Amino acid sequence: MAEPHAADPGPVAAARVVRQEALELDRLIHERMRLAIVSALAVNESLTFNELKRLLETTDGNLSVHARKLEEARYITCKKSFEGRLPRTEYRLSPAGRQALERYLDHMEALIRTMRDR
Amino acid sequence: MASVRPLRQPQPEAPALHARAMDNLSFIRQTMERATSFTAVPGWGGVAMGVTGLLAASFADRHRGTSLWLTTWLGTAGVALAIGGGTMAAKARRAGTPVFSYSGRRFVLSYLPPALVGILLTVVLVRAGVQSALPGTWLLLYGTGVVTGGAYSVRAVPLMGLCFMALGAVALFAPAGWGDALMALGFGGFHIGFGLVIARRHGG
Repeated sequence: MAEPHAADPGPVAAARVVRQEALELDRLIHERMRLAIVSALAVNESLTFNELKRLLETTDGNLSVHARKLEEARYITCKKSFEGRLPRTEYRLSPAGRQALERYLDHMEALIRTMRDR
Repeated sequence: MASVRPLRQPQPEAPALHARAMDNLSFIRQTMERATSFTAVPGWGGVAMGVTGLLAASFADRHRGTSLWLTTWLGTAGVALAIGGGTMAAKARRAGTPVFSYSGRRFVLSYLPPALVGILLTVVLVRAGVQSALPGTWLLLYGTGVVTGGAYSVRAVPLMGLCFMALGAVALFAPAGWGDALMALGFGGFHIGFGLVIARRHGG
């Protein structure tokens, strides 16, 4: 006996594909603050800690926690220096980070396409 | 044998995921747009505008009270506008972002109202024969445009706008003879000083 709905994947299969896509998401940049950091750095050569804090309207603690996670994953690079007596932390998006963002964007588009083509 | 049909209906999370994906894409786009306007102001363009300001001030000071004085400053404003627009477009191209994106339009629209007020007040003040009030009016209105246009930009931009506004306020109450010197300080000195800071720290 033929499998029911074998030719037509139907809504259940489409939903399964979407769930599978979601599971494969890059969890590291899926988080809003980290996604914002990566997106802001994608259109700027570099941004300092204070500029990112002001741009993303967040706190020192929140920004430093998320930036450190991205740094550990080598998605961003961090350069510390002194400007007079004040410390200056400058972030840049690494090639791996840019690739991760592009992959994430592709992923989101694929999710939308899958649901639209149902 | 009876055909088997799935008892479970499609998972409700599928459309929710679709909506979340759309939401994520729009979040990335908005963040990028805000971040672009953040450093869209051209530093080297500011320095070039400052040099034209200094040249104009030294020339106009020798023709104070004549129509050549007014022509010199209006012509310089046109040249400075072209330099500012051109270098902003070049910086956007280098960063790979469209010049007239949402943030670019917001930037221009913020400058427009004080610029229009400036044109109207220039006509009125010249007609009334109080040309001496022009330096204060121009500095004040230019500063207003820079503060509002640069509200979401790097800190140096709104700070420069505030300096222009303060200088404009001083110029309004200062002796008429100080007009060109104050405009040299503002349109020349402030543009060069802040332009160098922006160019050095924010990619040109």
